[in-house]
Amino acid sequence: MNLLLEPLVYQFMQRGLLASVIVGVLCAVMGTYVVLRGMAFLGDAMAHAILPGVAIAYIFKGDLLVGAGVAAIVVALTIGLFSKDGAVKEDTAIGIMFAAALSLGVALISSMQTYAVDLSHILFGNVLGVSSADLWMIVILSLVILLTVVLFFKQFLVISFDPVLAATLRLPAELLRNLMLVLLALTVVVSLQTVGVSLAAAMLVTPAATAYLLTRRLLPMMLVSALIGALSSVIGLYLSYYLNIVSGSTIVLTATAFFLLTFLWKRMKSV
Amino acid sequence: MTHTPHRLEIENISIGYGDKIIMQDLSFQVPHGARVAVVGPNGAGKSTLFKALVGILPLKSGQIFIHGESLGSHKDCVAYIPQREDVDWRFPVTVSDVVMMGRYGQIGWWRNPSKKDKQIVNKSMEQMGIADLAGLSIGQLSGGQQQRAFLARAIAQEPHILLMDEPFTGVDATTQEVTFGLLDHLRDQQVTAIISTHDLNLAASRFDLVLLLNHKLIAFGTPQEVFVKENLAQAFGNSLLVMENGMMLVDECCPPDEEHTHHEHAEVK
Repeated sequence: MNLLLEPLVYQFMQRGLLASVIVGVLCAVMGTYVVLRGMAFLGDAMAHAILPGVAIAYIFKGDLLVGAGVAAIVVALTIGLFSKDGAVKEDTAIGIMFAAALSLGVALISSMQTYAVDLSHILFGNVLGVSSADLWMIVILSLVILLTVVLFFKQFLVISFDPVLAATLRLPAELLRNLMLVLLALTVVVSLQTVGVSLAAAMLVTPAATAYLLTRRLLPMMLVSALIGALSSVIGLYLSYYLNIVSGSTIVLTATAFFLLTFLWKRMKSV
Repeated sequence: MTHTPHRLEIENISIGYGDKIIMQDLSFQVPHGARVAVVGPNGAGKSTLFKALVGILPLKSGQIFIHGESLGSHKDCVAYIPQREDVDWRFPVTVSDVVMMGRYGQIGWWRNPSKKDKQIVNKSMEQMGIADLAGLSIGQLSGGQQQRAFLARAIAQEPHILLMDEPFTGVDATTQEVTFGLLDHLRDQQVTAIISTHDLNLAASRFDLVLLLNHKLIAFGTPQEVFVKENLAQAFGNSLLVMENGMMLVDECCPPDEEHTHHEHAEVK
């Protein structure tokens, strides 16, 4: 018990734990759409694409979340512009923007003096550096995103499962799809601080993929995914504390362990 | 389920992707409750026409009227049964989830299904003989059962027009008969059904009207009017074989641009 309580003496650990759990749940919920709609590549690209925004905010000592948010929206709109009317395919547009934004981000960061430390914080997160202002931002954004998912649950289900039905029901499919992309971008922005840009994509995909193996309906899938996301965050953070490893990677590795165990368990059961 | 009289009017529509026109200047009218077979060679634009009818593919020109009003002004009168390969069968939804989606047009945006919605869903599943499968995920069903789940969803939608893209391809005889049973039931309720099929025998024997297409209208009318040599030759070109006793064969196995010469010697009675 002491082992569990000891780290919580520190306020930065309390904040870090809270932030990781919230982000774990948020990524896991949005991740169900990423997995079901085959948007893993987009999620990955989105995560990397916010790098230049973060770097600029870093250089000018601005708010990282604001920088990331602006970059995510710019990239999402540019992808839409490039792939409009089939000029290039959407995944091609994503690939172009993904690489360009990542390069620009690295270029900006490499011009900083504290290059190595800063880059690793941005790429892999710095959960122990979450300030109480950051925490508030994370809480508010997460609530907004989750509430939107609850409100649009039926509509998101239809556009994901059967876009043609969405058309015959006269749902504004394009609008809903863009709303989902904005939610995804915001999720990546929120997860920046805890797991970092390069690992956010894993938190979007891995818990949801694990839940996909275990459930047969969307709502249970979301809940199981959220549980796995939260557990991975808690376990990962403790591992990080005791083993002195970057928290982003312990969190993602814990989630991966859940996936592997589930996968093997399913395999054993079906033999 | 009472429906107002309804009809479908297609006026000079052209449909396509980008610069490519798939369907040129198509016009036809379907009266209340008719059952229409849409036939034509592979790639003739049958699925494209369906996409235009459900409103996911914008028209290049022309207009579609349902009950005399343009497409889109009626919220829930078109139901569509997708082709099998267009559905992600591993999506985590149960049979009753799928059928309930048919009610989403009636349920408000931010409301839960009412008692009435649940009753309609249960009744639709019973009618299609899949009530006992309600809790299974759709991926666990057989092909025929999956089709019946989508038919149940279409009933739950209470449509005025039902569109089905190749529902008889690769399904068992039971599902085919269940499907026709449903179509008879829907005809009693004056629901118009528009169904694409490769099976010209079914089109000739079990439909009121046939729409024969090949990137444009070839013929539209009763099966007797449509299935004559001139029309079929125009639609199927080289893949039509007419035997000396008047029997006609359509061979669709080969790519359309491949040359066949045997039909030139054939005679029609």
